[in-house]
Amino acid sequence: MTMKIAIETHDLSFWYGDFQALFDVNLSIKHGRITSLIGPSGCGKSTLLRSINRINERIGNARSTGQILIHGHDILAPEVELLQVRKEVGMVFQRPNPLPLSIRDNVLFGYRLHHGKRGLKSSERDRIVEKALSKVLLWDSVKDRLDHTATQLSLEEQQKLCIARLLPVQPEVLLMDEPCSALDPSATEAVEELVWDLRDQFTIVLVTHNMAQARRASDECIFMLLGKVIEHSETGEMFVNPSCQETADYIEGRYG
Amino acid sequence: MSDSVPAASQSNRGDDFDRRDAAWYVDRLVHLLVFLGGVSAILFILGIFVFITREGLGYLTASFSPSEFFGSIEWRPTSDTKPTYGILALLTGTAAVSGLAMVVAIPFSLGAAIFIGELSEGKTREILKVLVEMLAAIPSVVWGFIGLSIMNPFIIDAFDVPVGLNVLNAGLILGLMAAPIMTTIAEDALKAVPDHYREAAEAMGATRWQVIFRVVLPTAKNGLVAAVLLGVGRAFGETMAVLMASGHSVNMPTSPFDSVRALTATIAAELGETAHGSEHYRVLFTIGIFLFLITFCINLIADLIVRGIRKK
Repeated sequence: MTMKIAIETHDLSFWYGDFQALFDVNLSIKHGRITSLIGPSGCGKSTLLRSINRINERIGNARSTGQILIHGHDILAPEVELLQVRKEVGMVFQRPNPLPLSIRDNVLFGYRLHHGKRGLKSSERDRIVEKALSKVLLWDSVKDRLDHTATQLSLEEQQKLCIARLLPVQPEVLLMDEPCSALDPSATEAVEELVWDLRDQFTIVLVTHNMAQARRASDECIFMLLGKVIEHSETGEMFVNPSCQETADYIEGRYG
Repeated sequence: MSDSVPAASQSNRGDDFDRRDAAWYVDRLVHLLVFLGGVSAILFILGIFVFITREGLGYLTASFSPSEFFGSIEWRPTSDTKPTYGILALLTGTAAVSGLAMVVAIPFSLGAAIFIGELSEGKTREILKVLVEMLAAIPSVVWGFIGLSIMNPFIIDAFDVPVGLNVLNAGLILGLMAAPIMTTIAEDALKAVPDHYREAAEAMGATRWQVIFRVVLPTAKNGLVAAVLLGVGRAFGETMAVLMASGHSVNMPTSPFDSVRALTATIAAELGETAHGSEHYRVLFTIGIFLFLITFCINLIADLIVRGIRKK
């Protein structure tokens, strides 16, 4: 099975001030699949995820070495514009974080950043909004209240909206940082199903604390420990037949 | 281990459930003191209002004519033949000075708040915050002094006008006076915007300025309006600096270079020279009531707006 590689890292190390969070991470993540990052708290899985669209540079004293290649282009290179990187690499956060704008403006927010505010006909605008919201199965429930504030939606709807607002700029990669941890079980199921349906068109990287979720909702798993990648394999393989003792111990709940 | 713990005699357990120790009395005492503090604040404000109303009431009920009081520009309280009490010129003076002050203060304070709250980091931010708070602590008479001895000759030179004590001078001074408090409140409003909004916008590729302009400012809108209103209230009620910098002459201003007189300054300058209980004395108190009501309304609106934010 040959699949296109979407994300590669070469000797990626990352520091918060003096604290080293990632050690020489080498990975290749395939297009069209869901890849889970698992491991105990503080293992660096969120740091790795957040460095793929460089959002962890918001923290002043963050610093990295090595390369992160997206379609063969190093996004850590000095001439790279963050705006363009973040257009290609969308992110969904742990807590749903729609902006305090209307549902419509939330969906259009990213689009407007990348295409300018003017020159968007209202018919064109409505088409973009409908397409994005339909894709996340939200259109039918919100189509009559597109002008309502997005923060009034239920958490499940908010999280779906947060996915929908990434779609109009047609990103290649979707990063999800524990996207269901603030949701109840039925909402979790709905969001997982949605993510599963989106996987053909995107490269999805998912951080999760929940072993069961990693097992049922991803194609491949990457197990991390203390800032290093321990094991990277097919999800079925990892849960049935892990090759490292640490992985086996973590999956079976002996620590973490 | 358990052997060494002396066994409590079971019969006495629970006998002292009604015992009140020192902490209980301290708690009650603090409760009472705080309650008195809160109530006295309300009582003082009511007391002040009752006092000015009582002093001004004699004029309001006897010879008060709204058309003269609000409609006439003749402020001649000491005329021997026929004293007139028209505050239109004074009111216009106050409004002109406060208006110009806001033109100066709004861009300054919003700019400073955005810089401190959104763009600066670490030490720079801390130092700037302390400096802004120090600016807010400068006594108003010092600002008046600056208006009188620095701005006055400067305006005369720069604009080639005979007098430098005018609307422009007082407006600039008041604007600089109001800016620090407005900056502090506006910065609080920006700080109240949850960081995950910024993070969300940045993750979609928004630049610093896009985050500020499209997310932070619209979210903080109410707090920013409240900051501006409190600044207006401050400018309206300010006395000493206006008295010193405005030229203090009764005049309907037609340009920024006209001298004016403010309502507050009129009270400050004249009250000491009036006979207690005279008509002039009572009119000044009537102006006081009027000022009190205006600033009360401005502060109330600002407060309601701020409450509006918290509810959301």
